Amino acid sequence: MKTFIGWAYLAALFAFIFAPIAASVVFSFNSDRFPTLPLGHFTTDWYARAFSRPEVWQAIGNSLIVAAATSAIASFIGFATAYTDFRYGFRFKPAYLALALLPPTLPLVILGLAMLAWLSQVGLSGTLTGIIIAHVVLATPFAMAICRLRLSQMDPSLESAAWNLGAGPWTAMRHVILPFCAPAIVSALCLTAAVSFDEFIVAWFVSGLNRTVPVLILEILQGNVDPQINAIGTVVFLTSMSLVIAAQFLIFRKRRHE
Amino acid sequence: MNASRKFDPYAYVWRLPLLLWQGAFFVIPLIFMAAMSFWLVKNYRMEPTFVFDNWERMLGRGAFWDAYWITLWRAVLAGVIASAIAFPASLFLAFRLTNSGRRFALLCLIVPFFTSFLVRAYAWQVILAESGPVNAALGGLGLGPFTMLNSGFGAMVGYLTLVLPLVVIFQTWSLAAIDKSLIEAAGNLGASAWATLVRVIIPAAKTGLVLGALFAFIMTFGDFVSPFYLGGSKPPTLTILIIDTTKSGQQWPRAAVVAIVMILTLFAVATAAVKAAYRGRG
Repeated sequence: MKTFIGWAYLAALFAFIFAPIAASVVFSFNSDRFPTLPLGHFTTDWYARAFSRPEVWQAIGNSLIVAAATSAIASFIGFATAYTDFRYGFRFKPAYLALALLPPTLPLVILGLAMLAWLSQVGLSGTLTGIIIAHVVLATPFAMAICRLRLSQMDPSLESAAWNLGAGPWTAMRHVILPFCAPAIVSALCLTAAVSFDEFIVAWFVSGLNRTVPVLILEILQGNVDPQINAIGTVVFLTSMSLVIAAQFLIFRKRRHE
Repeated sequence: MNASRKFDPYAYVWRLPLLLWQGAFFVIPLIFMAAMSFWLVKNYRMEPTFVFDNWERMLGRGAFWDAYWITLWRAVLAGVIASAIAFPASLFLAFRLTNSGRRFALLCLIVPFFTSFLVRAYAWQVILAESGPVNAALGGLGLGPFTMLNSGFGAMVGYLTLVLPLVVIFQTWSLAAIDKSLIEAAGNLGASAWATLVRVIIPAAKTGLVLGALFAFIMTFGDFVSPFYLGGSKPPTLTILIIDTTKSGQQWPRAAVVAIVMILTLFAVATAAVKAAYRGRG
């Protein structure tokens, strides 16, 4: 009985957390403009309408460019930082690590304001480059955390062994560290792309006319209730969830054999 | 581990990228924002100067302090409510599930963290609407309709959607890490289940419980989607104040004042919470 209550409680909590995601998918195929119970009939009309709008495709293009650039840069910086933490001890290392991990704890509205002000000073506000710059700041800590997790599973003497056998540091990096970290790096690429793909507050502050998908959703939302958002949202959910699940699969799959 | 003292280019290739990027695009923008709070806007352009005009204007406004206290109060409330709702689930996850079952549940909880909160908030807007599914179901029972949107309740639904997964993850981690023999010992010594919970389990898991509540506080304090789309902006929170001041008023320096007050508040709360979380631990 106690276990039953436990399961029921857990199920209720998960239902609350996942209700909006599930509802969005259901409503996107539902004919009512203002969905209620009982539901209307099945339709793909909202998808057809949403994806016939040129600005939606424009936004998708922008989002893909920003997400791809962000994930490449953030994963590189994240890996470099994780490796530095793994390999070296130095003065100010706590400050270095704080710099590496703090950005996501700052409210996005504040980061958005600071970015807008600073990027306009250097002439980058309103550009996709500006959004990429801001997203790399936000996404790097996640890449760093994943790569660090992977490195902590590696025997540190492995690299020294390669050095002792005559490999230079670059050769050891290429033949020992990078192959070992490969799943984590791919995982970081996926996760940082997901972070970028969903971020809309900073992007909204700095984007100007170059809207990404979530910024477009935000602007549609400021008008009227429109189930097209559910259609676009479902596609966005599927994209980011596949990226996150792929990232988790890659990082946790190997562990079982070790 | 301690690399040689002499200059090692290999080491710097890996160390510098973070310093350069986060220095140029995280630290400097924040410093610039702080400096900007002393500038003035004339003819829609910011002019560098050093006056306390914006500070006096913002901090002298009753509306600012109303926004401050409502934001702080909601963040505390969300931290407490989320912790209370999450705790029974975390206990169950930590003590009744197998290791692989628990890992699977936690992996599921990470997923929403990376999905669009904006679309989720919109879904709540539809679900909780006056004529929406929840009111339709309640109407079938002869209840309602209830006005749930554009209220503190609506905002709280948004906050909880945002923070609950993370709170459960923090709590479950710290609970699952408790040495099970401690709990058995308490039982063998005749402690009731309640006494074991209050005197053994909660103190042992304190770090995760406090950090979970802290993250709920931080995320609620900085959230603008829930108060805006589900809370109806009335009363406005600090985040809404920043957006209004920036977007419609073009008063970036005044928005910067609000942002700095928020950062200072978060810093004070985080320092206190981390101290409390690790107190009594080596």
